[in-house]
Amino acid sequence: MDLKEKLLSSFLVFENQTEIDSYVSDVRNDAIKAFEEKGFPTKRDEAWKYTSLNKLLKEDYSVFPKQENALEYREVKKYLIHEIDTYKIVFIDGKYSSHLSETTHDGMDVCLMSAALNKPKYRLVIENYFNKAATDDSLTSLNTAFSKEGAYINIPKGKIVEKPIQIIHFSTGNESATMLQPRNLIVVDENSHVQIIERHQSLTSNPVLTNSVTEIFAKKRAIVDYYKIQNDTIDASLIDNTFIKQKQESIVSVHTFSFGGKLTRNNLNFYQEGERIDSTLKGVTIIGNKQHVDHNTLVHHIEPNCESHQDYKGIFNDNATGVFNGKVVVEKEAQKTNAFQANNNILISDKATINTKPQLEIFADDVKCSHGCTIGQLDESALFYMRSRGIPEKEAKALLMYAFSNNVLSSVKIPEIKRRITKIIANQLGVDIGFDL
Amino acid sequence: MLKIENLHAGVEDKSILKGINLEVKPGEVHAIMGPNGSGKSTLSSVIAGKEEYEVSEGSILFEGEDIEELAAEERAHKGIFLSFQYPVEIPGVSVTNFVKTAINETRKAQGLEDMPAKDMLKLIREKSDLLEIDRKFLSRSLNEGFSGGEKKRNEIFQMAMLDPKLAILDETDSGLDIDALRIVANGVNKLKGENNAVIVITHYQRLLDHIVPDFVHVLHNGRIVKSGTKELAHELEEKGYDWIKEEVNA
Repeated sequence: MDLKEKLLSSFLVFENQTEIDSYVSDVRNDAIKAFEEKGFPTKRDEAWKYTSLNKLLKEDYSVFPKQENALEYREVKKYLIHEIDTYKIVFIDGKYSSHLSETTHDGMDVCLMSAALNKPKYRLVIENYFNKAATDDSLTSLNTAFSKEGAYINIPKGKIVEKPIQIIHFSTGNESATMLQPRNLIVVDENSHVQIIERHQSLTSNPVLTNSVTEIFAKKRAIVDYYKIQNDTIDASLIDNTFIKQKQESIVSVHTFSFGGKLTRNNLNFYQEGERIDSTLKGVTIIGNKQHVDHNTLVHHIEPNCESHQDYKGIFNDNATGVFNGKVVVEKEAQKTNAFQANNNILISDKATINTKPQLEIFADDVKCSHGCTIGQLDESALFYMRSRGIPEKEAKALLMYAFSNNVLSSVKIPEIKRRITKIIANQLGVDIGFDL
Repeated sequence: MLKIENLHAGVEDKSILKGINLEVKPGEVHAIMGPNGSGKSTLSSVIAGKEEYEVSEGSILFEGEDIEELAAEERAHKGIFLSFQYPVEIPGVSVTNFVKTAINETRKAQGLEDMPAKDMLKLIREKSDLLEIDRKFLSRSLNEGFSGGEKKRNEIFQMAMLDPKLAILDETDSGLDIDALRIVANGVNKLKGENNAVIVITHYQRLLDHIVPDFVHVLHNGRIVKSGTKELAHELEEKGYDWIKEEVNA
C-alpha cells in the first residue's frame, strides 16, 4: 500500500476517533477529498519542479504514533532557547508533553490545538480562523484532514507578550519511520505583539517526515516576529506550510534558518489585507552533503501603500541543492507598493546546485518593485586580501560567508537566537568565530 | 631581511618578472619605480604570496628562510605586510573586527594568547589618532563605500596595528590628496625603525618627498634596470621613463 492509500484509509479511522464540531469535521472531509483528488505533488507541478518527494514517500511511515514516549528536560534542553524565560508548547512524536511545556491561559491563550478544536469556548475563534488562511493545495489539505494537534495561540487586543513562545516538536524514533502533521493556529489581535520560535527536532536516525501547517492572523497594528530554526538531523525532512494574513498597519517578519535536515521545503505565504502593512521574509541557508532546501515564497499585495522585504542568502557545499522561488503579486488596487526581493547564493563546491526563480506579477502602475538574484563563488581577491593580513584561509572563508549572511541576522530581535544562529553558522563553516560582526 | 635572487614569475604562460635581484636590509627604505606594466604590482603580490602567480626560477628569502612554499597568511605571520593598491571591500566585517581578527590570528600562529581587549582598544586608539582616523569610521564595514583616500589611510592604519617587519606599499599615493598623502607618509615614518624595512612601490616621485628612500630601483620589463639613491627619483620625475628604456635598449 502506498503512502497515499495508507493515509486515505487511516482517515476513516481518525475521523471516527475524534469528536469534533461539525465545522471542523466538514473542513477535514473537504480536505481529504482535495488530497485524494490531487495526490502528492510531483515534479510535473510547476511549484515542485526542482524538489522531488518521490524518495521520501517510499518510506513506510507510521501515521499515528502507537505508544507514548517521555523525554527528560535535560535530554532536550540544548534544543530549546533555555537562556531566557519563554512559554513552551512541546510535542513528542506529535503528542503534547505537559511535562516539558509551559503554557498559559492568563489573559491570553498559549496552549494546544486539540483543546481549541474540542472545547466549546474556542468554537467561535475556530470557526472564524481555522483553515481561513490555508490553501487547498495537496499537502496543506492533507494536514488539514489530519489536523488534531499543534499550538494554539490567541493574543487579545493590546497585549505585549513579554516572553517569546517556543513551539517544539521532538520525534524519538519510536517507530521505524514517522510522519507528523502538526497544525498551528495563531491569532494576534489589534495592537498586540508576540515573538514565536518554531523548531522540529528528531532525536534518532529513524526517518521522520513532518508536514506542518501554520496559520497566522495579524490584526490591525499587530506585530509578529516568527523564527524558524531548521537544524534537524540528516534523516529528518520537513514540509513547512505557513500562511499569514495581515490587516492594516500590521508588521510581520519570518526568519527561516535552514542548516539541517534531509529535505526542507518552506512554503511561506503572505496575504496583505489592509493598507500600510509591512511584511519581512528573511532566510539563511547553509547546507552540505546531499541536503536539499527549497524556499517557496509568496507575497500577495492586495491593498495600497504596503511594503514587503525578502532577503534570502544561501551557501551550498558538497552535493547540496537549493531552490528559491519567490513570487510577488501586486494587485491593480495595490498602488504605491514597495516590494523588494533579493536572493544571493554562494556555491562552495562544483557539485552544489541552486535553482533560483523570481516571479513578479504586477498589475498596478505606481509601484516600486525590485528583485535580484546572484550566484557566485567566494571572492578570491577578498580572500587574498584577508590572508595577506594574517587571517588563515579557512577563517577567511568563514568570515566572508558569515559576513555574507550577516544582513539577515541583523534584523533578529532576540539576542539569544542571534547568538545561537551565529554559533551554528560558525559550526557549519567549521571555525570558531569569537565575536559578533 | 629580504633577499630576492634571480626571480622569474608570471601568470599561467605569461612571464612578467624576468630575473629580479633585490636585497633589503633592516632600517632601509627602498623605492621601486617604473612605467605601467613593468611588473611592480606583480613583484609585491609575489612577495606577499598571491597564489595565481607562479615562480618559475629564483628565490625569495625572508630573514634567511625561503618563503616560496609559504601561504600568504604564513608570510603575514612572519611579518610581511602588503598595502594594496586597490584595497578590497568586505561588506559585513567592520574595520575593528577585521583588525582584531588579523592580530589575534597572527598571535595564535606565534603561539600567543589573544590580545587582551583593553590593550587592543588602547592600540586602536593610539594608531587611529596617529593616522587621524575618526573613531566612527572603525565600526564601518571594511573599505565599503570608503573614498580612495580613506581606503589608503585604512591600509596604513592596519599596517600600524600589525607592526610588520617588512612593509610593501603598493601605489599607496594613488588616490590621495596632498593632506592625506602627508598623513599617510607621516604614519609610515613614525613606524619606521632600525628593525623594520619599507618598500615603496610608486609611479611618481611625490610620495618620496615625504618617505625618503635610501635606494631607488627602476623596474622595466620585469627587470631592475637601474638602481641609485633618491636623486634617481628626481631625475625620473623630470625626464620620465623614456631615457631609461632607451638606455636599456641601446
